[in-house]
Order: sequence, then C-alpha cells, then structure tokens
Amino acid sequence: MINLSILLIIPLLSALAVIFAGAKSARMVALLGALAQLGYSSYMMLSYMGERAAGNTNQMLYQTKMSWFAPMNIEYFVGVDGLSIAMIMLTAVVVLTGILISWNVDKMPKEFFFLLLLLSLGAYGFFISLDLFTMFFFLEVAVIPKFLLIGVWGSGRKEYSAMKLALMLMAGSALVLVGLLCLYFNTNVNGAHTFDLLQISKMHIPIEAQRFIFPLMFVGFGIFTAMFPFHTWAPDGHSSAPTAASMFLAGISMKLGGYGCLRVAAYLMPEAAHEYSWIIILLSTIAIIYGAFATLMQTDLKYINAYSSVSHCGFVIFGIGMLTKTAITGAVMQMVSHGLMTALFFGTIGMIYERTHTRQVAQLGGLLKTIPFIITVFVIAGLCSLGLPGLSGFVAEMTVFMGAWQNPDTFSRVATVLACASIVVTAVYILRTTGASVMGPIKNPDFLTFKDAAWNEKFASITLLLCILAIGVAPYWLSDLVSPDTQLIMDNISRVVGK
Amino acid sequence: MLSTNLIVLIPLLPLISFLLIALVGRKNFPNLCGALGTIALLTSFLLAATVAYDYFFVAGKVNGIYQQMVPMKIKWLEFSPNVSIDLGILLDPISVMMLVIVTFISLMVHFYSLGYMKGEERYATYYSFLGLFTFSMLGLVISSNIFQIYMFWELVGVSSFLLIGYYFDKPSAVAAAKKAFIVTRFADLGFLIGILVLAYYSGTLDFQTLITRLTTPTDQLHAITTASFLGASALTWGLLLVFMGGAGKSAMLPLHIWLPDAMEGPTPVSALIHAATMVVAGVFLVARLFPVFSISCPSALQVVTWVGASSSLFAAIIACTQTDIKRVLAYSTMSQIGYMMFALGVSGYGGEHGLGYMASMFHLFTHAMFKALLFLGAGAVIHYVHSNEMKDMGGLRKLMPVTHITFLVACLAIAGIPPFAGFFSKEEILQAAFHANTTIFVIAICTAAITAFYMFRLYFNIFWNKEYHAVSHVHDDHAAHDDHHDHGEGPFTMKLPLMILGLLSIVAGFLPFAHLVTSDGKPLETEFHITFSIAPVLLATGGILLAMVFYKKENPRPQAIANGLKGLYTAAYHKFYIDEVYLFFTKKVLFNLVGRPAAWIDKNIVDGTMNLLAFITEQTSYLIKRMQSGRVQSYAAYFFAGVIGFVLVFIYWWK
Amino acid sequence: MNNIGLTHILFISCGLFFIGIYGFLTRRNLITMLMSIELILNSVNINFVAFNKFLWADKLDGLFFSLFNITIAAAEAAVAIAIIINLYRHYKSIDVEVTDTMKF
Repeated sequence: MINLSILLIIPLLSALAVIFAGAKSARMVALLGALAQLGYSSYMMLSYMGERAAGNTNQMLYQTKMSWFAPMNIEYFVGVDGLSIAMIMLTAVVVLTGILISWNVDKMPKEFFFLLLLLSLGAYGFFISLDLFTMFFFLEVAVIPKFLLIGVWGSGRKEYSAMKLALMLMAGSALVLVGLLCLYFNTNVNGAHTFDLLQISKMHIPIEAQRFIFPLMFVGFGIFTAMFPFHTWAPDGHSSAPTAASMFLAGISMKLGGYGCLRVAAYLMPEAAHEYSWIIILLSTIAIIYGAFATLMQTDLKYINAYSSVSHCGFVIFGIGMLTKTAITGAVMQMVSHGLMTALFFGTIGMIYERTHTRQVAQLGGLLKTIPFIITVFVIAGLCSLGLPGLSGFVAEMTVFMGAWQNPDTFSRVATVLACASIVVTAVYILRTTGASVMGPIKNPDFLTFKDAAWNEKFASITLLLCILAIGVAPYWLSDLVSPDTQLIMDNISRVVGK
Repeated sequence: MLSTNLIVLIPLLPLISFLLIALVGRKNFPNLCGALGTIALLTSFLLAATVAYDYFFVAGKVNGIYQQMVPMKIKWLEFSPNVSIDLGILLDPISVMMLVIVTFISLMVHFYSLGYMKGEERYATYYSFLGLFTFSMLGLVISSNIFQIYMFWELVGVSSFLLIGYYFDKPSAVAAAKKAFIVTRFADLGFLIGILVLAYYSGTLDFQTLITRLTTPTDQLHAITTASFLGASALTWGLLLVFMGGAGKSAMLPLHIWLPDAMEGPTPVSALIHAATMVVAGVFLVARLFPVFSISCPSALQVVTWVGASSSLFAAIIACTQTDIKRVLAYSTMSQIGYMMFALGVSGYGGEHGLGYMASMFHLFTHAMFKALLFLGAGAVIHYVHSNEMKDMGGLRKLMPVTHITFLVACLAIAGIPPFAGFFSKEEILQAAFHANTTIFVIAICTAAITAFYMFRLYFNIFWNKEYHAVSHVHDDHAAHDDHHDHGEGPFTMKLPLMILGLLSIVAGFLPFAHLVTSDGKPLETEFHITFSIAPVLLATGGILLAMVFYKKENPRPQAIANGLKGLYTAAYHKFYIDEVYLFFTKKVLFNLVGRPAAWIDKNIVDGTMNLLAFITEQTSYLIKRMQSGRVQSYAAYFFAGVIGFVLVFIYWWK
Repeated sequence: MNNIGLTHILFISCGLFFIGIYGFLTRRNLITMLMSIELILNSVNINFVAFNKFLWADKLDGLFFSLFNITIAAAEAAVAIAIIINLYRHYKSIDVEVTDTMKF
C-alpha cells in the first residue's frame, strides 16, 4: 500500500541528512535521497496504474487525512490522481538530474543541496495536497529557497534577479492566498467552512464570488507559470540562477502555476473559467507569439531558453483556456514535456557554460567538434523544443492544437492559428541558436581543450532524454494516465456551463 | 500476401541501422558503418520489391481493381474516441511504388557513398543520418493517417536539415540547412492547419475514412462545403493549406528558395533527398488526397495546376543561367516536379480522365531514376574536379567514360527523347495537358524545350567545350582529399550505381505503368499517338541542337546572347530576386519590425512596469523613513498625539 | 460640598499625568525623564485607588493593581537606570539628544 506521506518524508529526511553529512558526502546523500524518491514515485505510478487497470474509480487514490488546525478546518489531506502523478514523476526526474548536474558545486555544497531538497519537498507537497491551505503552505516552501539559491550561488546580477523573482512569486502567492480565503468563506459545510478541494468541487460557489476569486487565483498561479505580462521574473531569474535552480525553476516551479490554474482555478470555479476564457486565450496567445519573437532577439543562451519557456508555457495556459478535454490534456502533457525538455536545455547550457565561461551565442561556435556528446544532447533538446515528432514537445503541442480547434468560434480559431504559427518562429530561433553556437568553425582555440561530458552529466542527460523519448515515441501512456482526470475537470465545467 | 511483420521491417531496418550506427557503431567500428547501412537497405529493398511483386501481381487486385490495404494499424495517441493518430501501413499502388523507389534510390545512394564519402571524418554519422532519412521517408509513404504523414513529414525535414548541414563547420552549409528547414517549416504550418480543418469537419484523421467521407455525399461533406471563410469553403481552405505543405516540400513557387541552397549537402544526399524522394513528397501528398481534390474541390486542384505549371517554366528559365552544376540540377528538379504537379492538376478521377494522375506518378517514377543518376554523375564529376562550377570543367568525356555515357543517357531521358524513360512519362503528361487546358499545354511544351536546352548546356559544358585542366583551388565538399587525380574516375562502388541507374533510365519507360498505378485502381489503356509525339520530340531535339551550337566548342556566342538579353539574363541569374524579397521580409520586417520591438517592449515596458513598481516602493520608503528619527522624545510625542487622537475619536465620533 | 469627591482626586491625578507627560517630552536628562515616567505611573495608581474606593468599595482589585504597578515601576526603574549607566559609559553623557543612533 502506498503512503503518500513517504513522498514528503524522503526529501525531508534527506535534507536533514545533508545538513549532518560532511561537506564532501553531502552530494552523495542528496543523490541517494533523490534516487529513493524517484524509485518510490515510480513504484507509486506503477501501482496507481495497476489500481486504475483493476477498475478503481475513486477520484483520488491513497488518501490520508489528518486534522492540522481544527478551528479553521485546515487539514493535512493528501491524495493523488493521474495529473498529480505525472507532475510528481516530473519533479522526481528533474530533481535527480539537477543534483547530478550540480555535482561539482564547491561553494557551500551542504547548504546548496539542502535548499534544493527543500524545494523539491515543497513541490511534492503541492502536487499531492487536496487541502487548499496545505497546498498553499507547500507552495510557499517551494518559493523561498529559490531566493537563497539564486542570491548565493547565482551569477550575473544575482541579487537583483533573486529579489525580483522572489518578490514576484510572493506577490503571486499573496494573490492566491487572498483568493483562497475568499473561496474558504464562500464554502459551507453544515454551517462551517472548508478548505477541502474535493468538497469544494462538489459545491456551487456563487457566480458573483467566482467572478472575483477566479482572476485572483488565475493571475496568482499565472505568475508562477510566467503568464504574460507577469513573466519578467523568468528571464532574469533563470539567467542568474545556478544550473540546478534554473532546471528546477523552469522544469517544476513554472508547472506549480499551471497545475494550480488547472486544479484550483479552473476546476473549482468552472463558470468563471468559462466566462473569462477569452481573456485567458488572449493573454496566452500573446505570450506564445510574443515570447517567441522576443526569443529571436536574445543573445544569451539562458535568456533564449527563458523566453522560449514563456512561449512554451503559454501553451499550457492556452490549453487550459480552451476548455476542451483534449486541449487540457494537451496542456498537462505540455507541462510534463516542457519540464523535461527545459531541464535538459538548461542542463546542457550549464555544461557549456562551465567549459566556455560564456553564454553569449556570438562567442560560441564549432562546439560540436570538441564536445560532441553535450552538443548532441543540446541539439536534441532544441529539436524537442521546436516540436520534432518522436520527442515529447510534438505530442503535447499537437494535442493542444487538436483540442483548441474543437472550439468553433472565430476567436479561438484565430488564436489557434497564431499559436500554430509560433512553431515556425520557434524553429527559427532554435536553428539560429544552434547554427551560431554549436556549428560553424571553431571560434576560440581554447575550445579544443574541452573535455566532453563527465559521468554525472551523461547520466543526467540520458535520463532526461529517455523520458523525452518515452513520451515522444509512446505518448499514449501519458495521455491515458491524465485524460481520465482532465475528463473529470471537463465534466465539472460542462455540468455548470451546459456545454 | 507477405506477413505484416515483414512489411514493418522495410522502414524499421533503416531505423535500426540509424540507431545502431549512432549509438554503437560510430565509436566502435566506424569503418564498417557504411557496409552495415548498405546491407540494411539492401534487405529493405528486397523486402519492398517482394511486397511490390506481391501487391501488383498476386494479392493486390480484387475484381481487377487494385485495393487499398491496411495490414497494420496501432493506436498511438487518442484525442477523442474517433479522432486519433494511428500508426499504420496503407498499401495502395502509389505507396507500394514509392516504397520501391525510396528503398531503391536509397540503396543506390548508400552504395555510391561507400566510395564517395570514403575517408570523411564523420563517415559513420553520415550513414546514420541516411538511415534516419530513409526510415522517415518510408514511414511517410506508407502512412495510413494524415497526422502520421505529418509526423514523418517533419522527420524527413529534420533529416534533410542534418544532411544538408553535414559539413557543419562550413557557414554556408549551416545557413542552407537552416533555410531549408525554416522554409519547409513555414509551409508545414499550412499543412498543420489544413489537417486541423479537415479533421475537424470530417471527424477523423484516417486517410481512408477521410477520403470516403469527403468524396461521397455525407453530413461531413455537407458541413465542410457550407462552412466558409473569406469567400472560400472550409474544404478549399483545408486542401489548399495541405497543398501549401506539399508545395513547400516539393519546392514549388514561391516556396522553392531552399532547394538550390540545399545543394550545399554532400552530392549523394542531394541525389537521394533533393531529387528523387523527399521533394516529391508534395506530389505524393496531393496524389494521396487526390480523390478529395478531384471530386469535391476542383477549384483547389486548379491552384495546384497553376502553381505546378508556373514553377516548371520559371525554374527552367533560371536553370539556363546557373553555372553551378548542382544548382542547374536543382532547378531542373523543381521544374520536373512542377510537371508532376500540373499533371495531377489537369487530371480527373477514374477511368480515362485519370490519365494525368497516372502520368504524374509515372513521371515521378522515371524522374527518380534519371534525376538520381544525374546527381550521382554530377557527384562523380565534382569528386574528380573538386569544384561545382562549370568553368572549371570541360572535356571530361575521355577522362570519365562511364560517367559520360550514363550522364548522356540521363540527359536524353530528361529531355524526353525516345526511347528513354522520360519520353514516355512526359508524353502522357503532355497528352493529359493537351486534353485539359491549352495554356498549360503550351507552358508544358515550352518547358520541355527549355529543359532539353539547359540539360545539354550542362552536358556539353562538363564533357565537351574546352580541354580539361586540373585546377588546384580548393572549393568543394572534398577539401579533405589531397590525393588529386590519382583516383581516376572513381571506385567501382561509384560506377556501379551509375550503370544500374543508366540502364533503368533506358528501360523504365517500357513498364506497363498505366496498368499498375491509376487514380481509381482500375487498369488504364493508354494509346500511343505517334503524331502527337512529333512536336515535343522535335522541340526537344531543337533545344539539344541549340545547346550543341552554343556549348560544344568554346565560343563567344553564349556570352553574346547573354549580353543581348541582358535584363532577362541578369534577372534569371539572380533567380528573379526572390531570395532577396524573402530576405527583406524576414530580416527587415520580421526581425526589425516584430522581433526587435517585442524584445524592446519586454525589456522596457513590461519589465519596466515591474521595475517601476519596485522603484515607487523604494522611494516611498525613503520618504517615510524620516519619521524614524531615533529620538525617544519624538516617538513619545507621536504616541501621545495618537492617544489623544483616539480619545477624541472615542468621545466625539464613536457613539 | 467640603467632602472630597472622586472628581477632586481625578483632577489631581490628571494634573500629575500631564506634568509627567510634559516632563517626558521636554526634559533632556534621562534621569529626569525617568522621574517623569514615575509621575505618570503614580497618576495611574491614584486613579486605580480612587476608582476602587468610590465605585467598588467592597472589592480590592484596584488596590492590588496599584501594588502591582509599584512593583513593576521599581523593576522598570532598575532596568532603566542600568541602561542609562551603560549609555553614560558609552557617550559620556546622559543627554537624550545624543542617543539617536537607533533610526532608519
């Protein structure tokens, strides 16, 4: 039997163990913790699939409930469905690879790995929580360590970026908190209020309240997903962050927002989601196109990937805004796919930076000759980003497009066409980047002395590559995993909207 | 019928060879990778040949009609219960024909490259990419689902990108690879949206169901023809957008700009991808959806016709002025594909009306043979003289006898001289055009004459004209080779494919093609009008003679003509400035008017707002921090004033 | 009329209170400020006792409170004088104007 609390205990224990370990052995402890977590998550996914195959139709499996703060009905209430399992797997993989890639951190390694594991604790808690307050608690846990990670281990304008990122994300969570409390006081269970997500989903929140709460929640979570126009923390934050933190930020943190938008905002307030869907579509289409064009003009590899993340995460919001089952499934797949892909991208950028000490495209060139393994992985990540079939990006984007096209009104159609057009721009910037930075003649004789990937880098890249390929080549398992739950979300929407 | 497993092996073998070479072979046995790839392809080709034999002569026909068969179909990704991407195999005359062409040409190229690419640093990588390309192309032709075709479509695009950029340390190769990928990607955007339109209205992605629903009077057909957008029906939009994808891949006007540049890749690659297989994917796509085009939406077919015809003439004119032999061949490819396109365009569906369809497929078939031969021959020449430019060649007929003879055969075939292969297919196309549309016919016959002229211009410039002097400048794919001419004409591995293809270019025309590949699967009886053939053959011969006069011996006449037609010549030499127009649009309009402002707005306005908020907060704090003076007595005074204030409030206002 | 009522006592305590406030706000010498605080506290004590006597004569709460206050005031004076001595050691002065380093 699966106990979800173990998912929280493993990172907590390993974080504590890292503190008590020596400076040298900290990374080993962290790695073991991450491996244990990945193992347990995989075991949980398999047993979940087994339960579903055996015909278990409960919405949330492996539930645990404990009172936490009784006067306000705050509970430690956890449970998982396919959506959260996909996200947990993503987190487990990204954290493991993040630890591997930062294997050679020499500045305060204990603290570094401690914070990284703490972040992952927040993410796991967020994805399994079914109590809104507990969820919020874990959201905060997943924000604050980032400030330290960027501020202490970062590069460039790290103080500025750390502050900006932390402030914007805190503003996001403040909005979420306000929304949460408003929602709480609009619930009614035998005269008392509740934070219980499952109970709220069955209630009818008054439409006037929804109109007020939904934007708070959606913008709040949207800031995490780098939704236009609240995305500016992303480029600065990503570029200053150390590699593992970038991977976590783009790979998981941005997904916290997407998951929240879907699970909390759209699921609990279906009418408002329907009413505001045009705004969501508008903003996300702008993000997709504008992010792509802004990427064209960047010259720093990390900025390129950060802006392209804005564009790609636009697809997540876009899929949610389209409010069809296929589009939402696509949005979830895009979250997973983008998480893996961008982690791989940031990982390889980190490897390149470690060797060349520059991320300026113009100063790179010809690297394919000297560090073929890293560059091949880099190019594959790029190809995934531009939506090559056989890699995960294609599957996710196509599912979003297919779902989006099911809305017959002209507005959605135009938005979909524009979103489709972004794949061309994506191809342009990806090819420009790879063309200039890794192909062509070798620009700097120092490049000839570089060593190709070490074991930890190879291990990390291959793990991520395998996941990307697994989704790209056999997408049905992911789509089967999440589509029953997106169906439930859609049912909730069609129940009230009558669509 | 062969078992499904064996059919699946046809595309899988190249994939396995790709994976094996890329993951294991490249490091451990790089010199054997060529052989490995070739053997995989040979097996694949033999299987394809067996399948073709089985399909055409044993199992394919039911009641005298070739059937569409789906021996395999697995659900890959489900969008909704009816709409799903299935990976399947669809066997019908055109896909079986394409299986044979692709595996055969690919085999020839694999074999040829054993000699041509020998000693290259990334020899193994080259073979792995070839395997990847062949896999994708085979997957494309057997697709049973429109989304499946799109997937493989993208994959061939990427493998083409990788192969064009094979010499990745050459900036021009990288630029060409990017250009090819981005231009076709842009076209694919149309394809994707076309798929979305068609899938939405027909409620399926499966080719067979889609075609049935959109050609017979069903609800879906009604819905798609009544829905309209900007004056055209949804069906027209869908088909035109799908055709846009095809036009991009097939280098039709105005999306052709990538093809000439794509010649930066190794020459065997150009033979495989940019002459015989990938570039005809567009024709294949239109042929695949032909019933829908022909029965339900003739207006879209009109567009196909005109795009094809104009491309064929346009490319032929440009080809006359180019001096890089591969570019001449590239434009000739574009011109011939234009031929196939408009042949489809003028065709009707079924029976006698389907002549154009049959002719188009026939031309696709013969063209693959002689164009691959031309490219491989050109490769041999380039291998020998280490240059792509005509001015460095001449008088090679004695030095490279095998190449000379086979090249001549191919030129005769493309010029449409009987009894070479091209003659037969071209005649059918001209007949179809003649019956359908006079203007098209005139364009077609002019193009035929020009084709004969520029092909022989090429031929004479390479093999006759002046005497050959070895030039020592280094400007080509083979900078690595320093052992100049002691290798002679080339190894056996390079000559054998030339000879095989040469032989096929002579005999392929005698294939009873009309009995095998037709629009509706029923055998078509074609008549051969000797009187009809006289005019085209005479025109072609005229073209050849003209080229002979100009180029057989070095003389000042070509220069005089070029000077006489200065404007036209310069325009054609610069490819009618279409590249410049695109460059202007992308660099000036998209980059400077969209990209830069987007980046600027992001940095200054969106981010500026955030920074402004932070700035305001900071300034406010500076303003109010004066209150914290550190003086106990002022704090006490504030406190006392506050207490007094509260007291007053409570006494007078708080009732 | 010659009975001394609650009002008279409140006037006294009020006066005491404002004298204390005035002293606290205007005196520079920390010791004098401390004495002003004692005045304020004593005015409060007077109020407690007075209210207790005139309003709830049967109870002792007010008396207890004033006892409590006296104790607290004593402790407070001890702490305050300790601080003042430290300040004097540091600044060689017990002028309140000097001790303004705890700001922004």
